[in-house]
Amino acid sequence: MSSAASVFEVTKQYVMDGETVHALRGVTLEIPDGDYVAVMGPSGSGKSTLLNLLGCLDRPTSGRLVLGDEELSDAGDDRLAEIRASRIGFVFQSYNLIPQLTVLENIEVPLYYQGRIDRPRRQRSLEMAELVGLGDRLKHRPAQLSGGQQQRVAIARSLVNDPYFILADEPTGNLDSVTTEEILQLIGDLNEQGKTIIVVTHEPEVGQRAKRIIRLRDGSICSDSRNEYSHPSPESRPLSPRP
Amino acid sequence: MPFLWFRTWHLGVKSLLLHPLRSLLTVLGIFIGVASVVWLLAIGEGISRKAQQQIEELGATNIIIRSIKPPEESIENVGSSHSIVPYGVTRADFERLAATIPTIDRALPIREVRYRFGYLGRNIEGRLVGCTPEYADVNKLEVDRGRFLTDTDDREKWNHCALASEVAERLFPYEDPIGKAVRIERAFYLVVGVMKERTPSAGIGGSLAAQEFNDDVYIPIHTLWSRIGDIIVTRRTGSFEGEMIELSQVTLRVDKTENVLRTAALVKETLKPHHRKQDYAVVVPLELLEQARTTRLMFIVFMGLIAAISLVVGGIGIMNIMLATVTERTREIGIRRALGAKRGDIIRQFLVETIALSVMGGLTGILGGLTCRPLIAALRNLLLRAAPDVFDQLPQVIKEVTPLIVPWSVPLAFSISVTIGVIFGLYPAIRAAMMDPIEALRHE
Ligand SMILES: Nc1ncnc2c1ncn2[C@@H]1O[C@H](COP(=O)(O)OP(=O)(O)OP(=O)(O)O)[C@@H](O)[C@H]1O
Ligand SMILES: [Mg+2]
Repeated sequence: MSSAASVFEVTKQYVMDGETVHALRGVTLEIPDGDYVAVMGPSGSGKSTLLNLLGCLDRPTSGRLVLGDEELSDAGDDRLAEIRASRIGFVFQSYNLIPQLTVLENIEVPLYYQGRIDRPRRQRSLEMAELVGLGDRLKHRPAQLSGGQQQRVAIARSLVNDPYFILADEPTGNLDSVTTEEILQLIGDLNEQGKTIIVVTHEPEVGQRAKRIIRLRDGSICSDSRNEYSHPSPESRPLSPRP
Repeated sequence: MPFLWFRTWHLGVKSLLLHPLRSLLTVLGIFIGVASVVWLLAIGEGISRKAQQQIEELGATNIIIRSIKPPEESIENVGSSHSIVPYGVTRADFERLAATIPTIDRALPIREVRYRFGYLGRNIEGRLVGCTPEYADVNKLEVDRGRFLTDTDDREKWNHCALASEVAERLFPYEDPIGKAVRIERAFYLVVGVMKERTPSAGIGGSLAAQEFNDDVYIPIHTLWSRIGDIIVTRRTGSFEGEMIELSQVTLRVDKTENVLRTAALVKETLKPHHRKQDYAVVVPLELLEQARTTRLMFIVFMGLIAAISLVVGGIGIMNIMLATVTERTREIGIRRALGAKRGDIIRQFLVETIALSVMGGLTGILGGLTCRPLIAALRNLLLRAAPDVFDQLPQVIKEVTPLIVPWSVPLAFSISVTIGVIFGLYPAIRAAMMDPIEALRHE
């Protein structure tokens, strides 16, 4: 099985007012294709920092980062942007949709930065909207949608560029329990269809759904275990084929 | 996300329309700047076109010498009513100029007197012009019926005259004037021709007043000298006023344009030793061109300053708005960066917005600039009606100028506005692009 992402001895330090904060102290991790990983740990343990490194939003202070088969430790800013546009899907706690764009336009944003939005790409965006159950809301603005619906749009957006993996930082942090269940169901389905998923969460119920739980403490991995209680969803919705 | 994509522009305009009033106010500064660029060029063009017209009328190769009454002389005259002191250009001057300066092609002696003309019971006042046959050619007079004066008329000092159109109409309302005799002073002059109507020439101020032409009667200059002489006595409310002038004007034509200024200097030198008083003026139409150039330059500098100031202020306005927009949209910038926007993409996105703003100002400014002609006319009218005294004080140029839109001022104004957009938009755009995406995403 090839790996979607791997990090070797990655450290991240921040210097604030002359004091060095060690956000990550040598993390080594491999995430194979199709995995469903939950990253957990107390506040300030470096979960978001790790996620940002995997998402190419940030560069490690030391160590290596490989996505797919590309070494990205020394990649330039523009190359990282290209990787984000074509190979990474982000889902955020606060949805992070662009308010003045419609649902469809929001879904298309990553494609926009890959090049012109042509017919097949537009088709793909429509399929993703359909997949998350918002095919009839294409022209709506984010402000006209509920939190759960907005998060669905964000998930559609994260899928549209057919990424190596989806990075989700507290994706259900702003949602009520019913909606959380719906979103987790959707994410579980995506994983069923083969999508690699990495979720950062505080909530044990969310972690329970993953196949693997990585616990961080003070910038280091303190445990990395397969999750026996993981139960994939009974019914699975059809996913569109990868283009 | 290249520049030319419709979508890039669509997005930019869309975010501008989120704050229509704000965008409109920002556009205003550029509008004023661009409009004044178009205006200043149009007014400058109007000034130089007008000067060119005048020069064409007076002849670019001509030098005009006018006799003028020296001011001290007239005061002396009041005391001694019978001593009439001669002044002005003399026949000797004329001969000297024609004989000594080789670059002079042709010299035209002219004597003008206000006079009364009569036919049967009808009497009218007009200008009697003693001249040579070339006068018609130099002043662009055209013959309507009959002929103008000839060399033979002049040589033989015949009592022949040619009438301007209005004189002919008023003295001979029902008859053909040709062959009839017009009474001037105590002598009669045979009408040999009638001239076509001519548009009056504009004055240049100073010694060269506007010329009417349409109430003229032309007679050979030698006839005038021998019949009427140099002394003309006019009756003015009880007292008599005498004048003794040999020539009212001499029009010299120089062989080549490049010789005009040199010849003018020579003419002044030739005249100087023979005149104790400044009783003549030398007008060089070509020099008007220089004058017009200075006026135009002054105008362009002045309006250019206004334009530059409003463009800079407009640019600062754009920058200010864009800095606010960038701060407001920090989160959006973070999202776009996370989803794959490069720094260049962010720069382009914000630059497109500033360019759209300034181009909007540019286009409306060009429209505003094109209305300059009717607007100036309207303003002038308004001022004339509201404050006539103020209007009178205005310089000639402002009273008279008709702005002419210079075609290339439109693309110029347009490119100025785009340049302003780029210059003042670049800093906010770069600031947006340099933001750390993680920080930007955390921004509330
Ligand atoms: N830009 C930064 N500058 C300085 N220190 C930072 C920066 N980002 C993170 N840190 C520090 O690095 C450590 C790890 O932060 P991180 O955001 O990864 O924690 P987290 O596990 O996501 O916490 P939470 O669960 O509260 O989101 C913290 O001590 C934090 O203060
Ligand atoms: Mg965090």
